[in-house]
Amino acid sequence: MADLLLSPFSDFAFMQRALVGVIAIALAGGPVGVFLMLRRMSLTGDAMAHAILPGAAIGYLIAGLSLPAMTIGGLVAGVVVAVAAGLVSRFTALKEDASLAAFYLLSLALGVTIVSLRGSNVDLLHVLFGTVLALDDSTLLLISAISTITVLALALFYRPLVLECVDPTFLRSVSRAGTPTHLVFLGLVVLNLVGGFHALGTLLAVGMMMLPAAASRFWTNDITMMMVTSVAIGIVSGIGGLLLSFHAELPAGPAIILTAGGIYGLSLLVGREGGLLWLAWPGRHLEA
Amino acid sequence: MRATSIRFHEVTLGYGRHPAVHHLDGEIPAGSLTAVVGPNGAGKSTLLKGIVGTLTPLDGRIAIDPPGRATVAYLPQAAEIDRSFPLSVYDLVAMGLWSRAGLFGGVGRRDRTRIEEALAAVGLVGFERRPISTLSGGQMQRALFARLLLQDASLILLDEPFTAIDARTTADLLDLVRRWHDENRTVIAVLHDLDMVRRAFPQTLLIAREPVAWGETDRVLSPENLLAARRMVEAHDPYAAPCRRSAA
Repeated sequence: MADLLLSPFSDFAFMQRALVGVIAIALAGGPVGVFLMLRRMSLTGDAMAHAILPGAAIGYLIAGLSLPAMTIGGLVAGVVVAVAAGLVSRFTALKEDASLAAFYLLSLALGVTIVSLRGSNVDLLHVLFGTVLALDDSTLLLISAISTITVLALALFYRPLVLECVDPTFLRSVSRAGTPTHLVFLGLVVLNLVGGFHALGTLLAVGMMMLPAAASRFWTNDITMMMVTSVAIGIVSGIGGLLLSFHAELPAGPAIILTAGGIYGLSLLVGREGGLLWLAWPGRHLEA
Repeated sequence: MRATSIRFHEVTLGYGRHPAVHHLDGEIPAGSLTAVVGPNGAGKSTLLKGIVGTLTPLDGRIAIDPPGRATVAYLPQAAEIDRSFPLSVYDLVAMGLWSRAGLFGGVGRRDRTRIEEALAAVGLVGFERRPISTLSGGQMQRALFARLLLQDASLILLDEPFTAIDARTTADLLDLVRRWHDENRTVIAVLHDLDMVRRAFPQTLLIAREPVAWGETDRVLSPENLLAARRMVEAHDPYAAPCRRSAA
């Protein structure tokens, strides 16, 4: 048993690197995902993940599979789409979800076109689904740096972030921190998607945020515990997915997200806070 | 505590260019307890938003003395609170410490004592760890009053605080309003229950977009004034001409 679980990581350097990568991604992705979910922005996260693609693709077009070029390209594209969608929804009759959908469809089409202009289908798969088993030192450093920044920034902006979800009117009446907080948060989402994209690709990066967060909602009613649970689920999914991919020879990125999806399904069924089984068989009602 | 006064200089508040409060001029004296009364659509909530500063006047000026956000506490109508958010009653009430603790400030032992006192004052002892999603309407309103207590503001604005609240909760919360008045805080409340206004609020502003009457409650709530307020039309005229009355 220990052989099955430990030896892949003790014997192979690429598995160790992947392990460090997914743990770093889970540490920041968990809380960011919880806030995305509580702010009802889950689909915004998904849309932004797609929006990163053309930027990364332009970086790729210019410099090939280069870390800085694709990172900067992704960051710029993510920020541009977030701001553009925000402006369109603020100044026109279109709501934010519709304008985001428009932008992300365009981004996806544009990104795939740009990558195929120069590269092969292998490169396209690399950009779309990542290469968690081939993380080099600089990519690991980037991912860890992003995680560190994210956790620190969330700690600093924790109060207005929570307040803006629960009672935006109150926050506006006591402070001007609302808008800057929202912008910082969007920035963190883009940063984490860019970090996650190197490991899991543009399409699956958001999975390490949303699936653990959604699963954690079924286990606790307290936001702090929700973030802790979400990080734990992310880490377990990462390790489980890597082992699954190692033993069953499955592609690693999808294996990680599938593991997270399995945990989500399990939580949906048996989670203590509103899991389906508890809803179906709640037990006899109480006295008070 | 230094009491806060509000001076309205020919204030017009509204949406687009359409006035919801039209040429309001006058003063809320420091330490006064004022009810704002009028039909639906009379601009009562708009007036409070103008005082808080979330709505900028179309014309005229609102001067709060002394100025600053920390002096104002505002309870909006049916507060836009996301009740499904995983937050405890204790944490909701603790938000009232914002003006002192702000973004980063610590919440120390004295603050915890104050939070417990506020919860006790509104009768929510034992509810600390309950998620806000489990509160009834009245319990939620009690929690929001506890938050107001902690804000320790010298100007308190309440927008229909007792709508859909049962008699006992209303009586308890009204006692808090009286206590604030005794502590020389300035309190303005939008209300519909005229009997309550007559009983508990010495000053009244009767408004129907235009101010109808303002001053001693008994004098303001005369049958003639109430009739006049009811007659004022709620019409929104998309082709209204620009107002020619000049602002001060």
